[in-house]
Amino acid sequence: MTELQTLKSALLAEIAAAGDEAAIEAVRVSALGKKGSVSELLKTLGSMTPEERQTRGAEINALKNEITEAITQRKTVLKDAAIDARLKAETLDVSLPVRSSPAERGRIHPISQIIDEITAVFSDMGFSIAEGPDVETDYYNFTALNFPEGHPAREMHDTFFFQADEKGERKVLRTHTSPVQVRTMEAQDPPIRIVIPGKTYRQDSDATHSPMFHQVEGLVIDKKSNVANMRWVLEEFCKTFFEVPSVTMRFRPSFFPFTEPSFEVDIQCDRSGPIVKFGEGTDWMEILGCGMVHPNVLRSGGLDPDEYQGFAWGMGLDRIAMLKYGMPDLRDFFNADVRWMNHYGFRPLDMPTLFGGLSQ
Amino acid sequence: MKFTLSWIKDHLETDATLDQICERLTAIGLEVEDVDDKAAYKPFVIAKILSAEKHPEADRLKVLSVDAGPDVNGGKPLQIVCGAPNARAGLVGALARPGDYVPGLDVTLAIGKIRGVESHGMMCSEKELNMSDEHNGIIDLPENAPVGTSFATYAGLDDPMIEINLTPNRPDCTSIYGIARDLAASGLGTLKAPAAPALKLEGETSVGLTIDLDDEKLCPGFGLRLVRGVKNGPSPAWMQTRLKAIGLRPINALVDITNYMTFDQGRPMHVFDAAKVKGDLVVRRANDGETVLALDTREYKLGPNNVVIADDNGVESIGGIMGGEHSGCDENTVDVLIESALWDPINIAKSGRTLGIITDARYRFERGVDPQYMVPGLDRTTQLVLDLCGGVAAKEKVVGYKGYEAKTVDFPFAEVKRLTGLEVSTEESREILTRLGFTVEGSGERVSVKIPSWRPDVDGKADLVEEVMRIHGVDQIKPEPLEKLSAVNSRILTVLQVRTRTAKRALASRGMLEAVTWSFIPEDQARLFGGGSPSLKLANPIAADMSDMRPSLLPGLLTAAQRNADKGFGDVAIFEVSGTYENDTPEGQRRVAGGIRRGTASINGAGRMWSNATKGGGKPVDVYDAKADALAVIEACGLPMGNVQIEQGGPEWYHPGRSGTIKMGPKVILGTFGEFHPKTLGALDVSGALAGFEIYLDAMPEPKKKATRTKPGLELSPFQAVKRDFAFVVGSEVEAGAIVKAATSADRKLITGVNVFDVFEGASLGEGKKSIAIEVLIQPVDKTLTDEDFEALTGKIVANVEKTTGGVLRA
Repeated sequence: MTELQTLKSALLAEIAAAGDEAAIEAVRVSALGKKGSVSELLKTLGSMTPEERQTRGAEINALKNEITEAITQRKTVLKDAAIDARLKAETLDVSLPVRSSPAERGRIHPISQIIDEITAVFSDMGFSIAEGPDVETDYYNFTALNFPEGHPAREMHDTFFFQADEKGERKVLRTHTSPVQVRTMEAQDPPIRIVIPGKTYRQDSDATHSPMFHQVEGLVIDKKSNVANMRWVLEEFCKTFFEVPSVTMRFRPSFFPFTEPSFEVDIQCDRSGPIVKFGEGTDWMEILGCGMVHPNVLRSGGLDPDEYQGFAWGMGLDRIAMLKYGMPDLRDFFNADVRWMNHYGFRPLDMPTLFGGLSQ
Repeated sequence: MKFTLSWIKDHLETDATLDQICERLTAIGLEVEDVDDKAAYKPFVIAKILSAEKHPEADRLKVLSVDAGPDVNGGKPLQIVCGAPNARAGLVGALARPGDYVPGLDVTLAIGKIRGVESHGMMCSEKELNMSDEHNGIIDLPENAPVGTSFATYAGLDDPMIEINLTPNRPDCTSIYGIARDLAASGLGTLKAPAAPALKLEGETSVGLTIDLDDEKLCPGFGLRLVRGVKNGPSPAWMQTRLKAIGLRPINALVDITNYMTFDQGRPMHVFDAAKVKGDLVVRRANDGETVLALDTREYKLGPNNVVIADDNGVESIGGIMGGEHSGCDENTVDVLIESALWDPINIAKSGRTLGIITDARYRFERGVDPQYMVPGLDRTTQLVLDLCGGVAAKEKVVGYKGYEAKTVDFPFAEVKRLTGLEVSTEESREILTRLGFTVEGSGERVSVKIPSWRPDVDGKADLVEEVMRIHGVDQIKPEPLEKLSAVNSRILTVLQVRTRTAKRALASRGMLEAVTWSFIPEDQARLFGGGSPSLKLANPIAADMSDMRPSLLPGLLTAAQRNADKGFGDVAIFEVSGTYENDTPEGQRRVAGGIRRGTASINGAGRMWSNATKGGGKPVDVYDAKADALAVIEACGLPMGNVQIEQGGPEWYHPGRSGTIKMGPKVILGTFGEFHPKTLGALDVSGALAGFEIYLDAMPEPKKKATRTKPGLELSPFQAVKRDFAFVVGSEVEAGAIVKAATSADRKLITGVNVFDVFEGASLGEGKKSIAIEVLIQPVDKTLTDEDFEALTGKIVANVEKTTGGVLRA
């Protein structure tokens, strides 16, 4: 065995024996460092004859290359092993629970969600959303809406009144969203297409009545909208809102002071189970009241009833929420019980749209 | 309003079935609320007791042999055990057989064995068949009652009952005749016009009668007739059956006749026993404190708002509402005074309501009774009295009645099409109105329509359109699309509506639950939060603790959190976006986003969790949780956060040292946040770690109107951004916000952010001192900064902080 072969064997053995990156580095320095064994051999090349250089020089270079390669390989192996060891040491128990995202924990109240659903449907038909104050004058709540003096609704047993002011006028908590009809007519020229969601108040309390509740009302005023158009709007709304392919609705002549002719509207449904199903069944359920805006109401809004006409409808927001989503008791809507809000509330990112569906 | 099928057929010649009639009633606006087809009475048959022997084992029981005709038991008699004292051979009564449901007992019969003797049915009492409360014995029919036939048919119990839900505008349909008129107009039969009675009148109604009222509207007519020599026994069976079928209790013939007229003709009548009337009758306002014992045997205290009929004894009757007990008719009545009067609907409604009296008369008078029928109604009642009670009728006495002047409406038939979309021919419209009793004058497309006296609800074109439409058929109106105003609809929500919606979703995205709480709260709670003004106090709250319009969302949310805590849910984060009330004007109604967190319900999560130590969460909520929620709302609403300032301290319901006010500029208050004052929590009876906020959405300035908000150009500096840390020692009262502001203003171009990363207080700093460490983000714009540049900037930051806060760099 030549001297070079001996050195090579010894170095390869050292490389193989190196157990970590520091050890292999030490081998590298001892072989290829400034004063390393292979480096020292390379230094001898300068004093060689050209013939010697051709043979021995080539052997020394080959040794250097072989050792360098072996070190690189060993380094890679040791580095991988070190990473493997580190990863193993870093292992965590991924079965430990994590917190849900706040956006998953939060809830939107059914009333807000339903208002968004209604907004989505009616915006597609060109309606805007109008609002008005809860504390109303007797004029807007009654007189302008053609409630005659002495009408039972004007009495204490139905309406919440405030104390009379120095002029003897007493304000009321609006008993319906209809005052906004006249307020809108005063503020805006026809054509008018508005939907009015909001809080309303009446002296009533049981499973389906609450002293505070919500209504949604619609108003269309132009020069030609009639009962046939109203039927279309309401049928399209109910179909879209209740997310059924078709609905059968029954318009019955009825009476409200602020519309003439007036109707109550029933929707065909199946009431045999605990949840009312629309678009099927043979039962009727009253769902809303509507009619052509009474000439006196148009006059209150400063419009000539021989020139302008239109229709209005109203329904209970809480009620249609209960019908659609199955809450059994209206009073729970206002109790702020976290269990109820968690169960019946909606996730904040579930936004009702026509393109993504009203309910998910 | 209730009636029976046979009763309406008195007035309507029709072949229509019960179902057809009900369907049509609903279709023309007389909504059927309830129908009882009386099928429950079908099983019972008339049967005759052939023999009645004493039960071998019981003294009070009898064993009957009953013949129920050839169709029952193959014509063979049935053995029935019976305990009725009047059970006897020869009695004809009503039989229920095994399998029949007996409504008064709520049982279905089976073959029974009573003390060893089999019983194959029962002979029923009136109570057992729900006919009356009579239970002293079994039904005892006349001997000639047809054995083996339906008892219900014989007794008139199979007459279907219909109840309609009458809208308040239709006084004409408080009468069965009026309902028949509507049905006939709709083509479901022919109205049988009643013949006017030909009365033979003798003598005068010899009682003085005057109307003494300051307002003649209160009693626009009063008719009175004396009938002498009547015999007031029970009314005939046919009348009793009908009255019972609609839930009225027969009293005596005279009273029953008035009730019959009330329902049959919608004409409430009253009868006085003439012998009990002292002196003249006068229609007047009651005196303050005057009392009357009414027919319901209750005493009512009256006042000048009640119109009464009085005589020398005092008040005899409350006009249009209820008669008095004193002058009422009984079996001893010989001479009767029949009253047919008109009253003011509004006054009747008010009187009835204040006195708390609900009667069939009030129901009709407050809707409006046909004025033209006052005297004909008196005549028809007189005829019934003469027919059922005999006697001699005197000439009537009528005061105050001025006659009926028909309203006239100018009516272009085209209105029907304009308002409903229906194509109804002029001829049909004319016919419909005529059949309903309107008088159509003139020809062509535009006519004059006279309103009949029984339709006070009709006074304009739209009303006539409704009449034509409902009779022609609402179901004939086919839906027609509403014209689209534009191909793609533009944005429909106002800025405030968008912000309201955004605020809700932003807060829910922070793990909070949206609540809707009452707009009215207890007065003491309102006062705690700056409310309680008299103008926002309800005159008639539904409950004492729902008396005042809320000045803030916080009391409702705080008490709701406590209710949840009391049920075992102490970690709650709830919010509400709704109205609060500063005064009673529309502008006084604010739009507020408010929320509270209780216990450990922070955005990082509530309750114990293995990761709380490293990832946060589970710690009691404090002012900073509330501040983060408040700022999240403002940020979500799109306000420039750089213009938002925080001031220490908030309204008095907050903890003075742990609350803040959020402002934009010197004037606009965007909201408040903080932990709560212990006195506030104590007064609300609320406890626990609590922090909350309110943001006034309506105070937020609106962005300038622009179709699309183009983003300003973005310049991305190619030079490396650098961070430099500073720690300042300041007096412990100095706000961190002041240091941040001072540092930021050192160079608004280069400094793009200042972040507080440490706050330290310790003895090493000295009494009343704290250290605040900030990290300043520097973004070179047009060149890499040199050491000299940095030194200059650093010097400026330190100088600025020192100048405004007295802070010095920590050694």
